[in-house]
Amino acid sequence: MGAFWSRFRRHKAAVAGLVVVVLVIVIAIAAPYFYPVSPWKMVQRPFLPPFANGAVPLGTDTLGRNVASGLAYGARISLLIGTISTLVALMVGVPIGAAAGYFGGLVDDLLMRFTEFFQTIPSFALAIVLVAIFQPSLVSITIAIAIVGWPPVARLVRGEVMAQRKREYVEAAILAGQSHWTIITRQILPNVTSPIVVLASLMVASAILLESSLSFLGLGDPSIMSWGYMIGAARTVVRQAWWLSVFPGVAILISVLALNLVGEGLAEALDPRSSRDQH
Amino acid sequence: MQTLRFLLWRVAKGILVVLAIVILDFALIHLAPGDPASVMAGESGATDEAFLQQLRAKFGLDQPLLTQLGLYLWGVVRLDLGFSYRQQMPVIELVMNRLPATLLLTGAAFAFSLTVGVAMGAWAAANKGRPLDRLITTIALVFYATPLFWMALMAVLIFSVWLDWLPAFGMREVGANVSLMEGVLDVARHLVLPAVTLGLFFMAVYVRMTRSSMIEVGRQDFIKTLRAKGLSERVILRRHVLRNAILPVVSLAGIQAGQMVGGAVMTETVFAWPGIGRLMYEALIQRDYNLLLGVFVVSAAMVVVFNILTDLVYRMVDPRIEVS
Repeated sequence: MGAFWSRFRRHKAAVAGLVVVVLVIVIAIAAPYFYPVSPWKMVQRPFLPPFANGAVPLGTDTLGRNVASGLAYGARISLLIGTISTLVALMVGVPIGAAAGYFGGLVDDLLMRFTEFFQTIPSFALAIVLVAIFQPSLVSITIAIAIVGWPPVARLVRGEVMAQRKREYVEAAILAGQSHWTIITRQILPNVTSPIVVLASLMVASAILLESSLSFLGLGDPSIMSWGYMIGAARTVVRQAWWLSVFPGVAILISVLALNLVGEGLAEALDPRSSRDQH
Repeated sequence: MQTLRFLLWRVAKGILVVLAIVILDFALIHLAPGDPASVMAGESGATDEAFLQQLRAKFGLDQPLLTQLGLYLWGVVRLDLGFSYRQQMPVIELVMNRLPATLLLTGAAFAFSLTVGVAMGAWAAANKGRPLDRLITTIALVFYATPLFWMALMAVLIFSVWLDWLPAFGMREVGANVSLMEGVLDVARHLVLPAVTLGLFFMAVYVRMTRSSMIEVGRQDFIKTLRAKGLSERVILRRHVLRNAILPVVSLAGIQAGQMVGGAVMTETVFAWPGIGRLMYEALIQRDYNLLLGVFVVSAAMVVVFNILTDLVYRMVDPRIEVS
């Protein structure tokens, strides 16, 4: 752990990214304490520009809602959907990839054709169709993002497991009479966690982008304030009120950028062989 | 001969994929909450019971599921993707009317992202570790993290609203009844913002890919040999490193095609570009599921075709690739 941290720390951009991610998490958790009033409620006159009133530092939107409050509450939904959809994608992708890589042969063929099929489908279009047909809700959005997110996980895990499969410790475990299940979960998977962790951090970033795109199109959960929804609602008034679309966009950009930087830092810290310039 | 066999094999595989997508479509219609007939009709039909009955009879919704699937597949084979009750037109006709605009937009964005991305990636790799490299990598990193719809909106705000350089919406000036040349220029002016916006995200991907690929190739022994032979650094980079480094970039282009479709939905929505992405958004807000699924099938089929093309290019660039 100490060695890991000292390697991670060397990557300054990654540390900066980590600070931002922690900050966003804190804001998401503390949102109700800063803004006890619901972000949907009118608090001031509409179209109040930013930096004019201390109570609403980032101005108000078309319906007089507090933009700063919307940003704070939006952080919650971005992080929530980002992490949960990534976890669901891991729960689908890791077993499929592990089975394909471990058993090889026909199992591998079938599972990889299945994975390839999902990779061929235009992912964002599939997410749109899924959310639209099953009606926008937290659950449908999370599942749709997971469905388009798992194939890269399966491919990565397959490759890693395949490489481990030929190692001596696995053969020893087979000779010792351990079951396939035990060998995969106890012996192989602990050895391939590093690349999975790196991929997962990047997946959270792209899940946040995907969620914001869906809510921008009006496919967000109608009862939850999100960054994408704020930009979508401000789209038609971009000429009159730039701040309504600028601030939530910057929030998405900074969060996604920070997560990507953390992912790169993790990749370098977890894999000492990879050098800086390969990224 | 080999290439022909490869092509046939890829086309057969592509048809299978499209078939699977159509079956997925069918499954989605039936998994959707509510009556498939009302799903097909969209909200417009949901109130009129007689109309729904008529739909059920027309699509054989009273028949066993497998028969229905057969009917649905048969329809797709005849290029019948159903009827849009909202727009009062067959889905296939709506999609085909809009397809050229999308092909123009994605084609322009693809050309922009590939040329600028590879050039900048190569430039960064040639200056590895210097400030220029850091600048290019940072730019790529930022564009990679920017939501496309937001970038589109900001482009409208800056270049249309504030600077008033380029038109923000549509594909042509309304009522512009002019010569061919002026018409082409008009479309080109409208194309700049959406194509560049859509291209920037993919440019970022190509910059990163080209850079890392070039650095990797540059480490290989044959490059050291060339250097020892006394070839100039310029020639080595351009003729040998870049050539070998471009392969993974080409294979990536095929994977990007699917993402390009999603990007087209966002950019066409913001810029009111009359393509199938915008059509998908219209279908979405009108809850016209027949149309939505039709656009989905066609765009997926387009991606399959594009993948076959990139595979062919890949084979031509690198003859080592065998049919697998």
